[in-house]
Amino acid sequence: MSTPVFIAGAGVISAIGNNIAENLAALENGAAGMGEMQYLHSVHRHKLPVAEVKMSNAELAELAGMPAHISRTALLSAIAAKEALQHAAIENFSKLRTGFISANTVGGMDKTEDFFVDFSGDPGKGRLRNIIHHECGAATELVADILGVKNYISTISTACSSSANAIFFGARLIRQNMLDVVIAGGTDALTKFTLNGFNTLMIVDHHYCQPFDENRRGLNLGEGAGYTVLVSEQVAASLKNDPVCVLSGYCNANDAYHQTASSPDGTGSYLAMKGALQQSGLQSGQIDYINLHGTGTQNNDIAEGTAIKMLFEGHYPPMSSTKSFTGHTLGASGGIEAVFSTLAIQHGLIYPNLRLETPMKALPFIPETHFKKGAAIRHVLSNSFGFGGNCSSLIFSKA
Amino acid sequence: MFIQATAGISPQPSFSALLTEPAVYAGNRLNCIEPDYGQIIDPKMIRRMSRIIKMGVAAAMDCLKTSATEMPGAIITGTAYGCLADTEVFLSKMVENREELLTPTAFIQSTHNTVGAQIALLLKCHNYNNTFVHRGFSFESALLDAITLLQEQHALTVLVGGIDELTDTSFRLLSRFGLYKKDISSNRALYDGAAKGTIAGEGAAFFLLSAEPSGKDYAQLNGLYTFYKPGDIAEIEKNIQSFLSAHGIGVNDVDLVITGQNGNVNEDGIYKQLAQTTFKGKACARFKHLCGEYPTAASFALWLAANIIKTGVVPSCTSVSSDNKRPGRILIYNHYQNTHHALYLLSVC
Repeated sequence: MSTPVFIAGAGVISAIGNNIAENLAALENGAAGMGEMQYLHSVHRHKLPVAEVKMSNAELAELAGMPAHISRTALLSAIAAKEALQHAAIENFSKLRTGFISANTVGGMDKTEDFFVDFSGDPGKGRLRNIIHHECGAATELVADILGVKNYISTISTACSSSANAIFFGARLIRQNMLDVVIAGGTDALTKFTLNGFNTLMIVDHHYCQPFDENRRGLNLGEGAGYTVLVSEQVAASLKNDPVCVLSGYCNANDAYHQTASSPDGTGSYLAMKGALQQSGLQSGQIDYINLHGTGTQNNDIAEGTAIKMLFEGHYPPMSSTKSFTGHTLGASGGIEAVFSTLAIQHGLIYPNLRLETPMKALPFIPETHFKKGAAIRHVLSNSFGFGGNCSSLIFSKA
Repeated sequence: MFIQATAGISPQPSFSALLTEPAVYAGNRLNCIEPDYGQIIDPKMIRRMSRIIKMGVAAAMDCLKTSATEMPGAIITGTAYGCLADTEVFLSKMVENREELLTPTAFIQSTHNTVGAQIALLLKCHNYNNTFVHRGFSFESALLDAITLLQEQHALTVLVGGIDELTDTSFRLLSRFGLYKKDISSNRALYDGAAKGTIAGEGAAFFLLSAEPSGKDYAQLNGLYTFYKPGDIAEIEKNIQSFLSAHGIGVNDVDLVITGQNGNVNEDGIYKQLAQTTFKGKACARFKHLCGEYPTAASFALWLAANIIKTGVVPSCTSVSSDNKRPGRILIYNHYQNTHHALYLLSVC
């Protein structure tokens, strides 16, 4: 890679905490965020555990400094994006060329599905305020306006790989000297739409999910937001704090196998990881930790595992799925896991893969089950794979 | 960048039809004229596809065929609303059945990346694949992704498209927001009078871009620039001037300006003012009476501009003022609800 792109800050909100400190504490204590539904009103309340952010919309709105009637997707986004920007502490932010590139999968669906209850009975009914922010781009704009970002605003939606793509599109705009700072990542709130959608596919676990376990039963849906602050070399040099790390490699590939299922040999996952390694100029043996996509579905984990086997044969780095803590946060997952990856480098951490009982027989490696501190972590690979065969991998490296 | 080929599905039958007999619509709603998909997509796959997927995939395949490209180096789409029909099917059933007895097909196809994914699946294309969903910037974001990918030589060719569908429900809802004119005799009367509202539209337009000329290109895409929520007309003028000067030219070097007028008195004021200042005396054209207003409508304008440059003919149905010159350089200026502003510069190869 020619010009490096630095990560100057990060922000996160998920089922295991409302900020970086709370998320880190939960990761260290092995405290998973799943539980019985409290905030989403669904008939599946007592059947399907979910990983909710532990705040009502009113509480989130207060924290975000936004009205409580807007989509939870935007509220979560604002909280994490503000933390990221604060963390980066860029003094002359308003004078720089700034961008906000956020990802999500269903936009303001949490409000739209309420609207549809009235609208279905009578097309003249339903409060329009509830669909005014339906589009995916609406949440991004609400947050960009609060952050004071104006030069470039965009939204990406490639299912579960969305925010990984937002991060590397942002990096490219910096590298091409179009922007100085980009806040990039993603957000998604739990909705009945997605919960029922995944449930019809019969890939939602009725218990707490067990990624990469031989007896895994599916995923738990989660919600949250995660952002990184990407900066140019010049901005990085002007910061008071040292940058957290650099984005050293990334690749987007397509599995081109099926609309929702991964190919058995994980072609897309393999191509994404291999491409990211190639771009970073690293050998697979130099990766110190893999933050797995690891949803806990039969299909994803064997495809991802098979691809890792092909690429890392002989020297498997420690790896884990932090979805065992946060659930699968869909459009936010790549952003949240990018934040966890940068924190792993910053603090020398390896996160545990919770509830692993029986390692997968088809794979020659076992995910890490203990929290480790003080590890020498120089390079972290983060995987995000989604519907539509969209596979993206990011590599973060010590600056 | 070079536009090797373009293909679109729109409320108009074709570019050549624009020269002879553009389609005329009564009322405030324009829907696409759809081709015989059986000629373009594998019939086994068509069966499961909703309308937006068929329109997007067919336009993409047609574009690849025109450029004689089998495998693009990347597939990038832009859509503001995504797959509305599938979303609505799943949402309505979910509400009606109280979250019970649902089937996955509509959910699977409701994700915004479905069109891009289906193109990849059809081509068995493992290359870069991305989808942008940012309102009136959806297509422009996709195009910027394409341009920057080509600049970094991550791909030699990029298939990029803008797609949005208009469904009965989205038309009804957007009408409730007051977006459309209530009394309009025909799309040809879009710019008459001084009323609020526009007409609804939809479309799919795809482009095959490359950094190197192919010798058979439609046009050269010299630049793209977007700006968000400009404060006033002066800021818009400044952005247009600096966009042109960044490409080493001034307004005088532009042969034709295509604007995004949509007949809404509240939104067309910007274009009318510019016609007196920045664009004074320029040959001007417009297009939204042909395709209707929708967040990715600028992709129709780019399709139109590329065809104008290739053929050297400005369809008279688009022309506002003409100097009868063969346009060598076209500027497109479009804004969506005075929030998302976009500039495109094209020239002959």
